[in-house]
Amino acid sequence: MLLQGYQPENFFDEMLEAPGAARPHYRKFRQHFAALSPEELEHKRRSLDVAFLRQGITFNVYGDSAGTEKIFPFDLLPRIIPAKEWDYLERGLTQRITALNLFLHDIYHEQRILKDGVIPPHYVLSGKHFRREFAGFNVPKDIYIHVCGTDLIRDSSGQWLVLEDNGRCPSGVSYVLENRRAMKRSFPGMFEDIGVRPVEDYPRELLRMLNHIAPAGVADPTVVLLTPGAYNSAYFEHTYLARQMGIEIVEGRDLVVRDARVFMRTTKGLQPVHVIYRRIDDDFIDPTVFRRDSMLGVPGLVRAYRAGNVSLANSIGTGIADDKVMYYFVPRMIKYYLDQEPIIPNVETYLASEEADKKHILENLNKLVVKAANESGGYGMLMGPKASKDEIESFRKAIEADPRNYIAQPMISLSRHPTQVDGSAFEGRHIDLRPYIIYGEKIVIVPGGLTRVALRKGSLVVNSSQGGGSKDTWVLYGDE
Amino acid sequence: MLSRVANCLYWMARYIERAENIARIVDVNLQLLLDFRTLNDQRLADHWMPIVQSTGDEEAFLQLYKKATGKNVTEFLVFQMENPNSLVASICQARENARMVRDQITSELWEELNRLYLFVRSPQARQTWKESPTEFFQQVKASSLILIGLSRATAIRNEGWNFSEAGKFIERADKTSRILDLRYQTLPEKGAPTSVSQTEALEWSAILRSCSAWDAYKSIHSAEVHPVLVAEFLLLNEDFPRSARFCVKELNLSLRRISGVPSGRFSNDAEKLAGRLEAELQFSTVDDIFAQGLHLYLDQFQLKLNAIGDALFNAYFFQSIASMDEQMLVQQEEQQQQGKCSVFSN
Repeated sequence: MLLQGYQPENFFDEMLEAPGAARPHYRKFRQHFAALSPEELEHKRRSLDVAFLRQGITFNVYGDSAGTEKIFPFDLLPRIIPAKEWDYLERGLTQRITALNLFLHDIYHEQRILKDGVIPPHYVLSGKHFRREFAGFNVPKDIYIHVCGTDLIRDSSGQWLVLEDNGRCPSGVSYVLENRRAMKRSFPGMFEDIGVRPVEDYPRELLRMLNHIAPAGVADPTVVLLTPGAYNSAYFEHTYLARQMGIEIVEGRDLVVRDARVFMRTTKGLQPVHVIYRRIDDDFIDPTVFRRDSMLGVPGLVRAYRAGNVSLANSIGTGIADDKVMYYFVPRMIKYYLDQEPIIPNVETYLASEEADKKHILENLNKLVVKAANESGGYGMLMGPKASKDEIESFRKAIEADPRNYIAQPMISLSRHPTQVDGSAFEGRHIDLRPYIIYGEKIVIVPGGLTRVALRKGSLVVNSSQGGGSKDTWVLYGDE
Repeated sequence: MLSRVANCLYWMARYIERAENIARIVDVNLQLLLDFRTLNDQRLADHWMPIVQSTGDEEAFLQLYKKATGKNVTEFLVFQMENPNSLVASICQARENARMVRDQITSELWEELNRLYLFVRSPQARQTWKESPTEFFQQVKASSLILIGLSRATAIRNEGWNFSEAGKFIERADKTSRILDLRYQTLPEKGAPTSVSQTEALEWSAILRSCSAWDAYKSIHSAEVHPVLVAEFLLLNEDFPRSARFCVKELNLSLRRISGVPSGRFSNDAEKLAGRLEAELQFSTVDDIFAQGLHLYLDQFQLKLNAIGDALFNAYFFQSIASMDEQMLVQQEEQQQQGKCSVFSN
């Protein structure tokens, strides 16, 4: 029995309700899994690692231009979500992306939510990613965030919480698809018997959405994926998605704008492009409008976009919606635009630019998690309980100097999942979940998403450079 | 097809072919030395230096090494990353080009090329090399042949295929001509050599082996090895897949498949030059070539191939594509931090 001696300890354990007692939706899996010998499991694990490396399913290590590539560690034990919980998540995520899109439309048009005093205007207008250039501009089909990766966690009581919204270019979905492929190869028998919902539809849904937003009058649009290039950490994903969708993957230097229309340079001359799934930031997308030193963008692209000759997913200016200060206001947006209570709650959050909150933050720096409003990837973050005195003091200074740029949250005791450690024993490790939401003609959420796991003992950071890995995520047809 | 993609496929195929040719040439020459008894430093240098010269990287070599010893030359040609045309560097570049266009090549092809890349960069490759260079080269050659077979068996015959075929054959024609030129110093400047010593015969058979041509040659000329026959075989034979004539014919065919223009006509300089070169090889005899001087002929042949390569670039990759520079690389990486393009944000 592989899980012998496993201790859930004082955490919410995804698999076990009590030592030795699996939750109902894990029971079938446990039966299959129990039949495996440690040798079989070890063999499967090794062959998976080799397969990932051989297929080049890797990410580039930042700052290493010699091209060191690593595989994203994969844990064989899947994270399982029963149907009723998934229904709940699906409803909550749909509500959230709907409200965020209404919010973006509003702040780039009438700004009712600001005028009605629901959100203090200066928070939006001072946002680093608020693009005032696009005020009054109508985006195709009125959709701003076409692809959203919302990070979810569960606290010690098992309550789901939204940790953050990623409405610019969330990545990681290729791991969802590849992890599933790997699991199917390793455990072919399990899927049918346990009843796991497929994820393979993602590329088709993505392409359907991209076709949907094509400029009016274009019957058979040419869709391309715009990548920063082969040295970007997510490059594997870009080629993967492009291949799955059967579209061209282009770099900025492959595109050229003539008469406010976008073309790609081909061996047969210039060919028109209608929809761009862009995986580069606003800042880099057009050197004539945003960062002048950008070498990745396409001069004139914004003009073509404004002229309605090319559509972008996601739209320009969505970054304001995933500003961490704006996160604080999402429950208010839901109430304001939809007149509903948030289905999935936020993590309790303090804004450093509110006097009372700031006081609370500065007095409790050693207990809180402090985050910079516009950083990601674990940059610009303070984990109070684990930080040194110096780190705390430097954050204190930074917060006092620029309160708009900081928020704080209590330290959440993330749920844990049995995970194989060092290729042998199983121990509890903290996990989160990033589902991928596609907003096209309708809102589609591929069942599951990317479960990331903090492989280091006690670590709450699912960051790859700090020992993060991933798991396959199974959403069941039923509840058991 | 995107010009950049066509360019990548072309270079991917060229670099794979290049790596395989280096494997053969070094392998054969290491074995050849086993047949010679008394070798002093000078003889060794005489043996190895032409091999460096044949790759066109003599200058780079002399910057790194003083003497052309077997150890230096093999290190330079096989592992040296400072030599952009070394075997390992070629495989890295082939793989880099493939990575840029991963969506355009079959996963089978990508996985094999990636496997070869992981192998040559592993400590295990050095170990294999130390224990048995032949075994090492065997692995590289086998992998290259698998790659060729895989593309033939799995790749759709579209424009991309034609560009990679063009790359493969232009590289192969170039390499065959360079290998054939290895022993030019033992030949008269003009005209055919009259007598051939035993050592020379061994060297010329090594040239055949370096082109994987030994068996094919024997089936036509038995075991008699003469420079004139070797040159005729490697340049003018119609049916041997590594002869200059065969390669130029295939190159010309791929160019025409790209544009759809039939042979006998041309729509760009690449087609014009390739057609002309093919006709020249069709209507030449080996006596013509030796009358002019083999070395001179081969030099010009390589220049003509370069001209075809340049013309190909101008014809299809014409809108000049911004090239990579350091700043661009930094920005490509930077996207991860600013864009939440990272999978790993907390």
